[in-house]
Amino acid sequence: MSLAQTPHPSTAHPASADPGLDSRRRRNERRAAPIRAFLLRHPGVVRLGVVILILLVWEIAARWFMDPLFISPPSRVFSSLGALWDTSGVPAALRITFFELAVAFAISVAIGLVVGLAIGLQPFARRSLMPIVLLAYGLPQITILPLFILFFGIGPASKIAFGVTHGVFPIVITIVAGVQNLKPILLTSARSMGASRWQTFRYVIFPHMIPSFFAGMRLGMSGVLLGVLLAELYVSTAGIGYFTQMFTENFDPTKLFGLITTLAAMAILLNEIVRRAENRFSRWR
Amino acid sequence: MARRTERMQRLASRAVQIGFLLALFVLWYLATNVWDVNHLLLPNPVAVWQQFLDVLRSGAYLPDLRVTASEFVAAFALAITSGSIVGYFVSRSRYLIRVFEPLFAGIFSVPIILFLPLYVLFFGLGMESKIALGATISFFPITLATIAGFGNVDRTLVTAARSMGASDYQMFRYVLVPAALPVIMGGLRIGFTIALLSILGSETIASLAGLGHHIVELAEDMDMSRMFAYIVFVVAMVALLNFAVSYLEARGRRHR
Repeated sequence: MSLAQTPHPSTAHPASADPGLDSRRRRNERRAAPIRAFLLRHPGVVRLGVVILILLVWEIAARWFMDPLFISPPSRVFSSLGALWDTSGVPAALRITFFELAVAFAISVAIGLVVGLAIGLQPFARRSLMPIVLLAYGLPQITILPLFILFFGIGPASKIAFGVTHGVFPIVITIVAGVQNLKPILLTSARSMGASRWQTFRYVIFPHMIPSFFAGMRLGMSGVLLGVLLAELYVSTAGIGYFTQMFTENFDPTKLFGLITTLAAMAILLNEIVRRAENRFSRWR
Repeated sequence: MARRTERMQRLASRAVQIGFLLALFVLWYLATNVWDVNHLLLPNPVAVWQQFLDVLRSGAYLPDLRVTASEFVAAFALAITSGSIVGYFVSRSRYLIRVFEPLFAGIFSVPIILFLPLYVLFFGLGMESKIALGATISFFPITLATIAGFGNVDRTLVTAARSMGASDYQMFRYVLVPAALPVIMGGLRIGFTIALLSILGSETIASLAGLGHHIVELAEDMDMSRMFAYIVFVVAMVALLNFAVSYLEARGRRHR
């Protein structure tokens, strides 16, 4: 819109002395018009351009203006990704972190589903226990991270446990909200048509719960990512936290950027899988 | 009749809540005093309470609180200014919204805490890295909310004000801001929470001072009851702050 509204250069200078210049300008504009229309129709191209511009600025700054001990240009980061993945221990660390994320997510979904249904399906339980769940969710869990290390050791167990505490609450809350939004008339009509408890659950509650279940999974995934990564960065013997610390202490920004890029890609991939699943399974309505 | 059963139910659920919390405390007490759980894993609740009172009375929390609070204030102020300015200018054009909004939303979905090692490498272990990380993390929800708030102002309001001859300033002050404020408040709320959490988190992971740092120090000294006392202190502070923000938000909403 703003591009379309910028004043037309030829109308902005109506008293152009040289007619040749004027026509040349008009011809240039006619040539530029399809490009502008294309950009207007495809904002994604401009978005890509912005990202490339940022990378370019970063490249120039890192290559010529900044201390190479602290920052590394993106070209070098990407070209040394292969070397990073060959560094001894890094593939194992990525595998361990992925394993921690997967286990923490599975446990959060299992617990969240059971607790969410148990709380959500009974009005009394919902009214009495939901404030406690919300209270626990609102606490700054990061303050008890040292306790998790103390209880579960510095291995993967503490990361999984910390990831679960971050992932389980959003799942419980969305599932309770989803069950709560079920129209009572559906339950009443199912019962009056003689549906058993199991049938009510299978054919009424379950299909209506699916969208909120997947929404909860998405929120749970970002919670699990946050919890596991926080615990990894805090203390780690073999996971990625060990390597981020080592690369930081050795002033090796190329490898540090590469490792973090890899992890960010992993996080984006996991988020995207859950988001796709949500879109796919909540379409039935 | 119906009202009485309702009140009974409300009382019953309140009783369940209080019972749950009481049971938790009783279990804690029994675990440490009767079942002899190792004090290095779970300190005695009475000892924790005494330490908590001692922390409050001695004012030993003050230096750390000052560090954490100034980091938070600086980070949140940076995020508010940059987020609302960027958000406002992006929201002025539908095209810019379509270019930048997915970009910000995409970055926001990455766990930004991942970049903490980079921030530590770049800004050092002191306050600067926490301020930068907190500002980065809370920049995104604030910007997104500002874009959503200013981008979705009812066009009738804008047209009406324009046709009544409102100046640009009047348009901004009396039409755009009041219409966008509730949405922006939601973003500020999220930004507030995650800035605070990320600052506490980065203090826990790598720092020289601050409340998160102090908790880690006590954990490493195995001074468990004092560590629990500090955890209680931080949790109480955050709860108070959240309560204050909710109150302000509710007031702001009423004023509309």
